[in-house]
Amino acid sequence: MATLVELRDVVKHFPVARSLGEVVRGEHPAVHALDGVSFDVGSGDAVAIVGESGCGKTTLGRLMLKLVEPTAGSIAFDGAPLAGLAGEGLRAFRRQAQLVFQNPFDALNPRFTIYRAVAEPLLNAGIDKAEHLDRVAAAFRRVHLPDLDRYLDKYPHQLSGGQLQRVVLARALVLAPRFLVADEPVSMLDVSVRAGILALMREVRDTMGLSAVYISHDLALVRYLCERTLVMYLGCIVEDGPTEEIVRRPRHPYSQALVAAVPVPDADQSRAPLPISGNVPDAREPPSGCRFRDRCPRAMARCAEETPVLRSIADGHRVACHLDLA
Amino acid sequence: MILEVDGLKIHYSTRAGAVRAVDGASFAVPQGRIVGLVGESGCGKTTAVRAIMGVLAENGRRAGGRVVFKGQAIDEATTRKLLWRDIAYVPQSAMSSLDPVYTVGAQLVEVLTKRGNASRSAARARAAELFDLVGLSESRLADYPHQFSGGMRQRAAIAMALALKPSLLLADEPVTALDVIVQRQILDMLRTLQQRLRLSMVLVTHDISVVAYLCDDVVVMYAGQVIESGPVREVLARPRHPYTMGLRNAFPDLMSDALELVPIGGSPPDLSDPPPGCRFAPRCPFVLAACTTSAALMAGGGKQAHASACLRDDEALSLRKAAMDPATWQRSSNFAMS
Repeated sequence: MATLVELRDVVKHFPVARSLGEVVRGEHPAVHALDGVSFDVGSGDAVAIVGESGCGKTTLGRLMLKLVEPTAGSIAFDGAPLAGLAGEGLRAFRRQAQLVFQNPFDALNPRFTIYRAVAEPLLNAGIDKAEHLDRVAAAFRRVHLPDLDRYLDKYPHQLSGGQLQRVVLARALVLAPRFLVADEPVSMLDVSVRAGILALMREVRDTMGLSAVYISHDLALVRYLCERTLVMYLGCIVEDGPTEEIVRRPRHPYSQALVAAVPVPDADQSRAPLPISGNVPDAREPPSGCRFRDRCPRAMARCAEETPVLRSIADGHRVACHLDLA
Repeated sequence: MILEVDGLKIHYSTRAGAVRAVDGASFAVPQGRIVGLVGESGCGKTTAVRAIMGVLAENGRRAGGRVVFKGQAIDEATTRKLLWRDIAYVPQSAMSSLDPVYTVGAQLVEVLTKRGNASRSAARARAAELFDLVGLSESRLADYPHQFSGGMRQRAAIAMALALKPSLLLADEPVTALDVIVQRQILDMLRTLQQRLRLSMVLVTHDISVVAYLCDDVVVMYAGQVIESGPVREVLARPRHPYTMGLRNAFPDLMSDALELVPIGGSPPDLSDPPPGCRFAPRCPFVLAACTTSAALMAGGGKQAHASACLRDDEALSLRKAAMDPATWQRSSNFAMS
């Protein structure tokens, strides 16, 4: 399948305030949000990026939409490097790549009617106003809000959370994009409503042939959205493979801990102690070698000296670990 | 029973009229058990707990019902005297219970001296002991809240709640904002503390997986009312109320074979004007005409004090079977979406 988004050795460091000593010594401390991330998103693929707070997953999403620039490495969309995009090329990219916001209650301007909110991307993209109503109506049909007249003149506070998330999705779809990045798209919604939005996102993806990246802390949830999952830890991808494989047979010791920590709605679940302890280290001074090594129950001397690179252990399954995990 | 809530009604006055946030909720917390109070946003679970502590928002008032703690009926005024010493609270966001301008140790010492009448030296020793109890190093007492990670702040908030040796801990979404590995560490710690200190606990959460992991009993709330309660194992494996059945289907499960989540169509009712009869009736796939006029009372159907408020409780077994079929919920969702 053709590659739509291609990331190669992407690095993103955010500078932090320097102490006097650091200024004197000429040091430039930085948060290492991402350190050498490479992967492809195929056309029509749905990829989940999971990890804990601070692992770099949100930064990765922002980089793929060119909302921030990488410190090093390259990102290409449909073969064209994002770094070189400007003018009409950049506008075309902005039409094709859209963000679905996390919190539907914050994503919409409370003073805009629903119509104005959904039509705004059309206005920004310079699309003839005569077409707006038809395009908005088409987007509303896609998100199963068929009764257009009931919503268009409403304000966000008059809608329920589930309806709002549908509107937010309609807004992302109104320009008929090819690529969506959704950052925790349902984490603010109630359980009974969330399931409907997940099904809707899958349906929209299939019918429109979209590629999508879902960023989430919730491994249990992404199972219902994506066939492929990337697990991140402290700015690096530690495992990339079929979601069901990662859930059923996680290979990287960090993925194993992550899977073991997820509670399930069953009173008879395992309560065995987690295989790891401690906290995620400071992203300003990540450990040498493997970043997980000081929490890893199976760390060896080599893990401190040599940074493991992602290597293939099975078809479509890569792990960054020195252990023999196949 | 360490705590009994009987027919509790809490109304908020708003410009749109009275919102009946809790409308006749009854449940009990047995001594030495962890009870999960579970439901979706707006179901009244947090309001119920705030009412038990006597710390309702200004426009909220108790409009009926009784709260009985250790055999004594308590109201807002008497509850205040019980806070910290008998009943303690762990908030969702530990940041809101910790003052950013004082060290965590100073805040702990203040609780111990002001509320507990301890001397400063005794308080400092006790603060160190409490930190040890929740798995924090004594040296961190000198830190400010912003120097703590989310998990450490939550540990500090738990240490503070335990400062004056309460017998009942009320925790409102104590792990919701935390990453899953930290969440697990805090849940395990809560269980250890509960056993060591013989605590009774109410855990308010929207997450039935957390309830399944930690709690002994569960109370399910919907639209201001308790619709099902009983031992966690019973309620999750053999739900009796259609809402609980629907919640179970809609909830992501890392280990299930089903790769489809089934939504419950529609949304909860407006509590300033709730529907007559069962409040879940407009979304219920098993609704009967009678459900829209009269609501069932909580009735024990199964073993071990497992009770539900459903007119069709005697058919629970067959409803449960039907509820497992996604098509059952399709009808109600189409009906409610249109």
